[in-house]
Amino acid sequence: MDLAAIVAIQVLYGIASLVIISAGLAVIFGMMKVINLAHGEFLMLGGYATLGALKLGINLWIAIFVAAPLVVGLIGVVLERLVIRRLYGRMIDTMLATWGLSLLLVGIVTSVFGNTTAGISTPLGNFAIGSYSVSVYTLLIIAVAVVLAVALRAVLLKTQLGLIARGTMQNPQMADALGISPGRVYSVTFAVGAALSGLAGGLLAPLTGVVPTMGAAFIAKAFITVIGGGPAILTGLVGASTFFGAINQIAAFLTTPVFGEVALLFAAIVMLRLLPQGITGRFFKGSL
Amino acid sequence: MSSSVAAFAGSWKSAALCIVIGIVLLLGLPSLIDDFTLIQVTIYLVMSMLAVSLGFIWGFGGILCFGQAAFFGLGAYTYAIAVVNIGDSSVPFLLSIAVPALFALVLGYVIFYGRLSDVYMGVITLTVTLILFNLVNSTAGPEWKIGTAPLGGFNGIPAIPPLNWPGNTDDTITPRGMFNLSLGLLIVVYAGLRLLIASRVGHVIVAIKENEQRAQLLGYDARAYKLFAFTLGGAIAGLAGCLFANWGSFTSPTIFGLAQSAQIIIWVIVGGLGTLIGPVVGCILIQWLTTQIGTQQTFNANLVLGAILVLFVLLVPRGLVPSAGDLLGRLWARRARKAKPAARVEERRA
Repeated sequence: MDLAAIVAIQVLYGIASLVIISAGLAVIFGMMKVINLAHGEFLMLGGYATLGALKLGINLWIAIFVAAPLVVGLIGVVLERLVIRRLYGRMIDTMLATWGLSLLLVGIVTSVFGNTTAGISTPLGNFAIGSYSVSVYTLLIIAVAVVLAVALRAVLLKTQLGLIARGTMQNPQMADALGISPGRVYSVTFAVGAALSGLAGGLLAPLTGVVPTMGAAFIAKAFITVIGGGPAILTGLVGASTFFGAINQIAAFLTTPVFGEVALLFAAIVMLRLLPQGITGRFFKGSL
Repeated sequence: MSSSVAAFAGSWKSAALCIVIGIVLLLGLPSLIDDFTLIQVTIYLVMSMLAVSLGFIWGFGGILCFGQAAFFGLGAYTYAIAVVNIGDSSVPFLLSIAVPALFALVLGYVIFYGRLSDVYMGVITLTVTLILFNLVNSTAGPEWKIGTAPLGGFNGIPAIPPLNWPGNTDDTITPRGMFNLSLGLLIVVYAGLRLLIASRVGHVIVAIKENEQRAQLLGYDARAYKLFAFTLGGAIAGLAGCLFANWGSFTSPTIFGLAQSAQIIIWVIVGGLGTLIGPVVGCILIQWLTTQIGTQQTFNANLVLGAILVLFVLLVPRGLVPSAGDLLGRLWARRARKAKPAARVEERRA
């Protein structure tokens, strides 16, 4: 019974962490059809922003929930202006340029902070289920993922900003004709996506430690989740995270974490062969 | 691809020129430089073959594979594992081509027959590479072995037996022989690909790259042609991996890594898409540059490579060789126009 509870928490955690690391990418890809290969580095910058804020004596929670998204969001705005904006509509070139940015960011951070892992101790301690001990922080990650999904849905459905974003996503020319500048929408969208990635990096920093190359560990999972999700941003994100997260954690529980990731990828390839448009390309059509 | 580039890249003159230069280097270079430099040049050549494999599937097949390093790494690991088990290097050599080709065939089947778009293709190949990296990286313990060959995990496989004459395991390849073999095979691969591109199958592959829908409406099965090109690219990358394992007698998971995959893309982008010699030029330039960066501390290699990639995508998207070819073509046309009024540009397109 205790074991079942632990496994359930681990599966939920696996799903939640996929939602968190993929949210920023899903927003940018879903809205702008820009594949941001520097996504992993945005996470990494979020981790370093948290670390930097901590070193300045800022409270850990402010560092994670305010400093990390803010810093990475700003970096996103700058990069969008300098690079991404020039390549709209050229998907392949955008991928290549963001890959270049990814290397560049790793290079810069390595030059500044050195190629070492900096740890942030996991806050909140543990609690016990039977003879097992569970980190409270794990539960926090699950809660944040739920809040994130609900908030994203609320923003997209209920606010003016969400309406404009959805309109631009569906038909940029029409939105343009109605007096909304797609350029501005894209700029804001990219900043929001970058900020979400920053938040994810900050949240994961206490669990994984911070190192310039940490982005590579997340990028594959994030991409598979977003692509497996398909055209509907939110439903796809949650659906694919649930599917892949559960497979990953159960396989990891039965074998080793590495084989959990292999199982995730294998499931993704099989699924994309059956559903090339992703989960929401076949099911839940027309959802958000 | 503009017509002048196509003419330059597809002309028999340029192919013949490249092959002649290659043969001259093959015969002349060993007597001009010392063994140490020759070994350095050899690794450039091995990597050039890897660059050519991507240059072919991307520039002519229109398939952007972010995971060419996966086939390269598989080739190196296959050779290493097989040669440790078998002893004689003939079968491992062939396996190091066949296994990556088979892997490319399966992966390509999923991608092309699933009709996944270019962008998904890039992401999936990248993901596969990363997963392979994680997988091999985690096999460090003594319990991970295939036959008698331990996989070594992040430590890699050291002391890989070199190639030998078929049947005679004592007659192993020398550094000079390695140079001859690498350059010889590079010339063979280059010439073979040029012939393929000029053939009917090659024309269809290029046609699919230019306009997949139109090629399909004309009755060509785009999926099968792309799968063929992709598998061939995987085989060539595997061959390069086998040579790499021989060059250093060592292979480690970093050759599956993100940095390696990025480098291959950068070689091709810098050298130029739509040519086969471009990737070679880009590869040698960038390799030389990374070696130079390695000797100083101011700039990190990632930083420089990333900046080069961003700048080339933004400012020189066609790469050095096509841009230079364009320039040459224009100068040539101007001279020809001065010489006689009706300049003929009658060169065969690839």
